[in-house]
Amino acid sequence: MKHDNKNIKKGILSMQVDPSLFIPATEEEKRQQDVMSQSTTFFRDGMRKLMKNPLAVFSIIVLSIIIITIIVAPIIVPYGYSEIISVNGVRDRGAKNLAPFTYSEMEQEYIDAGGKVFPHIFGTDAMCRDYFIRVVYGTRVSLLVGLFASFLALIIGLLFGSISGYIGGKVDLFMMRIVDIIYSLPDMLIIILLSVVLDQVLSGIGTKGILAKLGTNMISIFIVFGLLYWVGMARLVRGQILTIKQNEYVLAARSIGAKPGRIIRKHILPNCISVIFISTALQIPSAIFTESFLSFVGLGVQAPMPSLGSLANAAREGLQSYPFKLLFPAIIICLIVLSLNLLGDGLRDAFDPRLRK
Amino acid sequence: MTRYFVKRILLAVVTIFIISAITFFTMNAIPGGPFNAEKAPSPEVKAVLEARFNLNKPVIQQYFLYLGNIFKGDFGISLKTGRDIMSTIKDSFAISAKIGGLAIVVALGFGLIFGSIAALTRNKLPDRLIIFGSTLATAVPSFVLATLLLLVFSIKLGWVSVWSASGTNYLLPVISLALYPMAYITRLTKSSMLDALSQDYIRTAYAKGVAKWKVVFKHALRNALIPVITYVGPMTAYILTGSLVVETVFTIGGLGSKFVTGITNRDYPMIMATTIFLATLMVIANLLSDLIYKAIDPRISFD
Repeated sequence: MKHDNKNIKKGILSMQVDPSLFIPATEEEKRQQDVMSQSTTFFRDGMRKLMKNPLAVFSIIVLSIIIITIIVAPIIVPYGYSEIISVNGVRDRGAKNLAPFTYSEMEQEYIDAGGKVFPHIFGTDAMCRDYFIRVVYGTRVSLLVGLFASFLALIIGLLFGSISGYIGGKVDLFMMRIVDIIYSLPDMLIIILLSVVLDQVLSGIGTKGILAKLGTNMISIFIVFGLLYWVGMARLVRGQILTIKQNEYVLAARSIGAKPGRIIRKHILPNCISVIFISTALQIPSAIFTESFLSFVGLGVQAPMPSLGSLANAAREGLQSYPFKLLFPAIIICLIVLSLNLLGDGLRDAFDPRLRK
Repeated sequence: MTRYFVKRILLAVVTIFIISAITFFTMNAIPGGPFNAEKAPSPEVKAVLEARFNLNKPVIQQYFLYLGNIFKGDFGISLKTGRDIMSTIKDSFAISAKIGGLAIVVALGFGLIFGSIAALTRNKLPDRLIIFGSTLATAVPSFVLATLLLLVFSIKLGWVSVWSASGTNYLLPVISLALYPMAYITRLTKSSMLDALSQDYIRTAYAKGVAKWKVVFKHALRNALIPVITYVGPMTAYILTGSLVVETVFTIGGLGSKFVTGITNRDYPMIMATTIFLATLMVIANLLSDLIYKAIDPRISFD
C-alpha cells in the first residue's frame, strides 16, 4: 500500500488526516490477504511433522505393538508369571527349559489324548514357568519403572528449576550450586550404594501392596531417581525460565499484580512445556537402562517378579544350551530403548520451538 | 581463567568429600554391626573389639578417622576374604585400567574416524550406514552386548577364547565397553565437524589452495575435537560403571567384578572402598576434561 505524502506539508502536531491512506485496496492487494493454508494449532502442526518422520512413525508402531502385547497377553495366555506349569492339575516336572513352541512329554500325551495346551511361545525357563508371560511381565515392570522414574524426575526438576529460575539472585546461585554438586556425583555408583543400603533398611520396615511385590529395590530405585536424576531437568527448566522471564508479557502480568505462582503456571510453563516434555521422553530410555543394569547386577525387582534385566541375568546360566532365553529380553530392551530414542528425537524435531522452521 | 580453575577444582574436592560422606553414613545406617553375629562375643570382648576398631566413638568422629585412614592408603579389610582392601584394589584396578584404557582409545579413535567420514560424505551411503549403526549401538545396554558377544564369538563360533586370568584376550570386553561411547562420539564428531566445515576459515583455507586432507585434519577436525573432549569425562564414568557388568560377564577379576561380588556378599567395607575409589576417579576425569576443554579453546571467555 503505497502512499505518497511527501508533498503534503503540515505541522508536526497537525491532526489533519492524510487521505491517501484511505484509498480502496486493489484486487491484487485483497488477494494477498486471503488465507492460503488452513490455520493449525501448535500441537496439530507438530503432529503433522512427526507423522512425516518415518523413523518416528516406525518407533510409534513398535511401541504400540509392545504396549498392546503387554496389556493383552496376560488376559489371553493362561499362565501366570510365577506359575509352575501343570498339566490337568498335576505338576509337570518335565516342562523345564523347553524351546519355543515345543511341549513337554506330559503335555504331548495330554494333547494326544485330546486335551488342549496353550503353546509356550518363548518356551519355558529352568523353573518350569512359561517364558513368554515372564517376558511380558518383565517388559511391564521395566516400562513402568522407566515411566514413573522419569515422571518423578520431571516433577522435582520442574519445581526446583522454576523456583530457582524465577526468584534468581542469591537463591538461584545457592540452588544451582546444589545442582552442580549433585550433577557431578557418579549417579550409577550412588544408585548401587543406596540400593544396597535401602534394601537392608526397608526390609526391616516391611511394605504392602504392589510395592511389596516389586520389592524394596524398586523403592530404592525410585528414591534414588527422585534424589539424583532431576538435576538435568532442573537446569533445563531454569534456563528456559530465565529466557522467558525477560518477555514483555511477563512484565505486563507482573505489573497488574499477578502472583509469581500464577505467572509461572500461566505464562512461563506453557511456553517451555514442549522442551520439557521432550526431555522427559528422552529420560525414559535412560531410566530403563538403569533399571535393567541394576537388575542385572542383582539389585532389581524382588525374585518371582521378573524384569527384562533380571531375565537377561538369569539367562546367563544356561547360555550355552538355551541362548533364546537371553535373546528375547535382550531384543525387547533394545527395541524399547531404540524406539523411545528415535521417538524422542522425532518429537524434538517436530515440537522444539528452537529447531522449528 | 585461574578463578575458573580454582572454582572447578574446589567443586571437585567438595564432590569427593560429599561422596565419601554419603558412602560412609549410608553404610552406617544399615542395621546391625559387624559383631552382631550368631556367635556373639562376650560383652567384654565386644567392648575391646569396638575400641580396637573405633566403633565406640561417635559416628562423626568415626567418619573422620576413616577419611584419615583413606589418606594413609588404608581402606580396612574385606569382611569376606579378610584381605587388605587396598592391595585388592591395586591388583584388580591394574586389570580394569588396562581394559578401560583400551576401550577409551578404541572409542575415541574409531568414533573420530567414523564421525569424520560421516560428516565428509553427508547424506551419502557411508554417512547413512554410520549413523544407522551408531543409532543401533546406543540402544544396546553393555551387559546385553557383552553376553551376546560371549555367546556368539566364544561359545557358538569358538573364534575367541573366553577370558582367563593370565590370558591377554582383551578383544570382547573392550568391544562391549567401547561400542556405546564410540557411537556417541561418532554422532558428536559428525555434528561438530559439519559445523566446523561450514565456517568461513574453511572456505578461506580452500581459497588459499590448501590440500583437502590438510583442511580436514588441520582446520576442521582440530576444531571438531573440542566438544569431544567434554565427553571424555562422562565416557570414563560410563566405562567404569560398564566395567561392573562386563567384567562380571567375562569373569575378569577387575575392580568392577570385585564391586559386584562385594554387593552380593554384602561386604560393606569393600563396597565403601570401591565406591569411593571409582567415584573419585570419575570426578577427576570430569574435572580434567572440563579444564582441558576450557584451556585449549581460545574462543571461550572466562567470567
